[in-house]
Amino acid sequence: MASGLHDSSFSNPVVRWIDQRMPVFTMMQKEYGTFPTPRNFNYFWNFGALAMINLMVMIATGIFLAMNYTAHTSLAFDSVERIMRDVNYGWLIRYVHMNGASMFFIVVLVHVWRGMYYGSYKAPRELLWMLGVVIFLLMMATAFMGYVLPWGQMSFWGATVITNLFSAIPLVGDSIVTLLWGGFSVDNPTLNRFFSLHYLLPFVIAGVVFLHVAALHITGSNNPLGIEPKGPQDTLPFHPYYTVKDSVGIIVYFIVFAFLVFFSPNYLGHPDNYIPANPLVTPAHIVPEWYFLPFYAILRAVPNKLGGVLMMFGSIAILFVLPWLDRSPVRSMRFRPIARWLFLLWTVNFFVLMYCGGMPAEEPYVTISRLSTAYYFGYFLVILPLLAKIERPLPLPESIAKAVLRGGGPLPGAAVAKPMEKA
Amino acid sequence: MADTLAPSSSSPGMGGAHGAGAHGPEQGTKRDFLKLAAGSFAAIGVGAIVWPFIHSMNPAKDVLALASTDVNLAPIAEGQAVTVMWRGKPVFVRHRTAQEVQEAEAVPLGELRDPQADSDRVERKPWLVVLGVCTHLGCVPLGQRPTDARGDFGGWFCPCHGSHYDTSGRIRRGPAPTNLAVPEYSFTSDTQIRIG
Amino acid sequence: MPVRTLKAAALAAALSLGLMAAPGAQAAEGHIEIPDTRFAFDGLFGTFDRAELQRGFQVYKEVCAACHGMRLLSYRNLRDIGLSEDQVAAVAAGYQIQDGPNDDGEMFERPGRASDRFRRPFANDAAARAANNGALPPDLSVITKARVGGADYIHALLVGYEDPPPAGVTVMEGMHYNKYFPGHQIAMAPPINSDGQVQYADGTRATVDQMSRDVSAFLTWAAEPELETRRAMGVRIILFLIILGGLTYAVKRKIWADVH
Repeated sequence: MASGLHDSSFSNPVVRWIDQRMPVFTMMQKEYGTFPTPRNFNYFWNFGALAMINLMVMIATGIFLAMNYTAHTSLAFDSVERIMRDVNYGWLIRYVHMNGASMFFIVVLVHVWRGMYYGSYKAPRELLWMLGVVIFLLMMATAFMGYVLPWGQMSFWGATVITNLFSAIPLVGDSIVTLLWGGFSVDNPTLNRFFSLHYLLPFVIAGVVFLHVAALHITGSNNPLGIEPKGPQDTLPFHPYYTVKDSVGIIVYFIVFAFLVFFSPNYLGHPDNYIPANPLVTPAHIVPEWYFLPFYAILRAVPNKLGGVLMMFGSIAILFVLPWLDRSPVRSMRFRPIARWLFLLWTVNFFVLMYCGGMPAEEPYVTISRLSTAYYFGYFLVILPLLAKIERPLPLPESIAKAVLRGGGPLPGAAVAKPMEKA
Repeated sequence: MADTLAPSSSSPGMGGAHGAGAHGPEQGTKRDFLKLAAGSFAAIGVGAIVWPFIHSMNPAKDVLALASTDVNLAPIAEGQAVTVMWRGKPVFVRHRTAQEVQEAEAVPLGELRDPQADSDRVERKPWLVVLGVCTHLGCVPLGQRPTDARGDFGGWFCPCHGSHYDTSGRIRRGPAPTNLAVPEYSFTSDTQIRIG
Repeated sequence: MPVRTLKAAALAAALSLGLMAAPGAQAAEGHIEIPDTRFAFDGLFGTFDRAELQRGFQVYKEVCAACHGMRLLSYRNLRDIGLSEDQVAAVAAGYQIQDGPNDDGEMFERPGRASDRFRRPFANDAAARAANNGALPPDLSVITKARVGGADYIHALLVGYEDPPPAGVTVMEGMHYNKYFPGHQIAMAPPINSDGQVQYADGTRATVDQMSRDVSAFLTWAAEPELETRRAMGVRIILFLIILGGLTYAVKRKIWADVH
């Protein structure tokens, strides 16, 4: 072995030559091949991989859409319809991109929910969790700006309402809004910069995803029991066990995705966005896309402009400090008899907020939104800190292997590390 | 994929349960067959996904349906030429003089790099209609205006790399491999043609 | 194991509630029940009825096109609804399309060609408003995608006029009572108002309901010309994914057999 070369363990000469000089194969092998992964994942652990695939789908379709899209107020709507009608397979690429945004939020919301239920945010995974919250915020910004691009009525009025949120900031609010717009209303400069940023942000997301995965591979994955693996008998190599399990999930996800795209592509959208933007007429009932509805409900629940904006952003910002609000040493809700039910109630409450966000701002939805907003924050600020003190968790299993095998004898072969052989 | 590139060293955390030894050869064969079947299906799927993306870069339906162009020949005097736009490219329409036509017809085909008789390149004498795109690397040749250099053969001269075309638009000297292309066109009346 | 059931339920709720939120929002807007019209393209596997589309185009051409444009469509698109190339050329040639400028710098009119966009009835929105008592007749290119209820709504709207209006309703000057229009007062006079308004070449009886239904079908095709291709491709892709999923699951079971 020449000095200065990486000590590669690959035997294929080409792979070996590259790997000695740039050990990407060793890295892949380490992070996605032999990476020791808890043996007891359930299918909720598919959703990280699904989110990764979804990001790739969005970037690929987005790049090809951008080849035919025109970011100009007088041409944007027609250029999108031209993609739908004249560009070869344009309808397919556009509907995949459009519904891909919804799929992305479904997948990521389940991913976040799984993290909350199984306590994946707790030490030592706080930073991993916080990077996830950053990704979620970036996704929301990207989705919002993407929704503006077709320049329909909902695009225009969504952009107007959301950018106006910043006018709630005291003193500099109005200047900030003018800066965002590049003018005195949402207009061509706004559309142009939104297109530019909508193209940029997914690559920023990809960068943070890389950090998210890097952090994950330091701490290792959490698991449904929420206890750390104690040795080789508690883990499996990522490949082939979890590559194949993720593949199953990915195909199921593609089936759901395909059903939306091919059989009800406009189901999750709003008809008003097929009316070209008209700065003189606001639609009777403007609603954001479904994935913003819970946060929109929180905004509307507060009868004060600045208060509503702060609460809305606070509802996501609070996730950053979740690791320090929940001081219970037990991660998985399986072993927290009280927290488990209150968290499931929080989940239902999230859907109630989503429902109210889609309803007009009138009774009884306003009152329901207020109660739900109170529980949303109460869970984080009161219930979790309190439970850490008063809840008596159930006894934790001794190890993952013990729990999986129901206390059976030693695992045949698994305890001994053996070279990986071809089956 | 990674299991075919398996390193020879042992790694911690790797379950030995993965080996085939525990189950005998029959199990292994069955698994291999399933893996192969699933793998080929997945490969077909990936291939099928790639096509719509590539095809989306081909000309769209509105581009393919681009309008044809009508040219009124009446105002073009003998010896003059006009350039019209068709599918984003220039088309040369030249009202040739009797002498130019005669020159074009007199050339023995054996002298030509891309042998083609003048009669195969025109619909009606004396009108010559060719795409104004040099077949070398796509520049627009000179020769449309009376003041332009027309090259050594009285037709067109491409200033980019020095291709000379004759009065039938055929390549005579220089790097271009073929004659100026003749677009699809027809006479809709004695004084009007429609290109495309 | 109750935990497992719970998780499954939570997942199902997450997916289904997420999917239901958007239409829930839409339903709240109108509170007007739109009757369901049976169309050939209904359901997951429905396709267009070409004869109906052609009749619908005739209704659009002879009735709606006087005020409503369809600027996103070209005459060449009519090949899709079963017109031959010559028929398309004939339809296009029936319109004078503005072109130019010519050599003198003037705009001029020439007979339409297949590649031309549908001729717009008014030069611009202001001209359209001026000719229609201040109301703007919307472009119909994507109208069924732009209205809650789609084709059902268009059909309901066309047959939903009531004259005189129900007791106790005062209709403003220049407005017309319509059961299905949000707010019930619509500026458009009943466009399809008498049986036989259009002479169908295929002998179909041109009742008000039939004409309204045909034009609604035509507008659905105009808004979603890819509908048939999309559904056919969807069936093939989902079947493929189900087979691939089955194979992958079998591989997964085999690989995990030694662990469980």
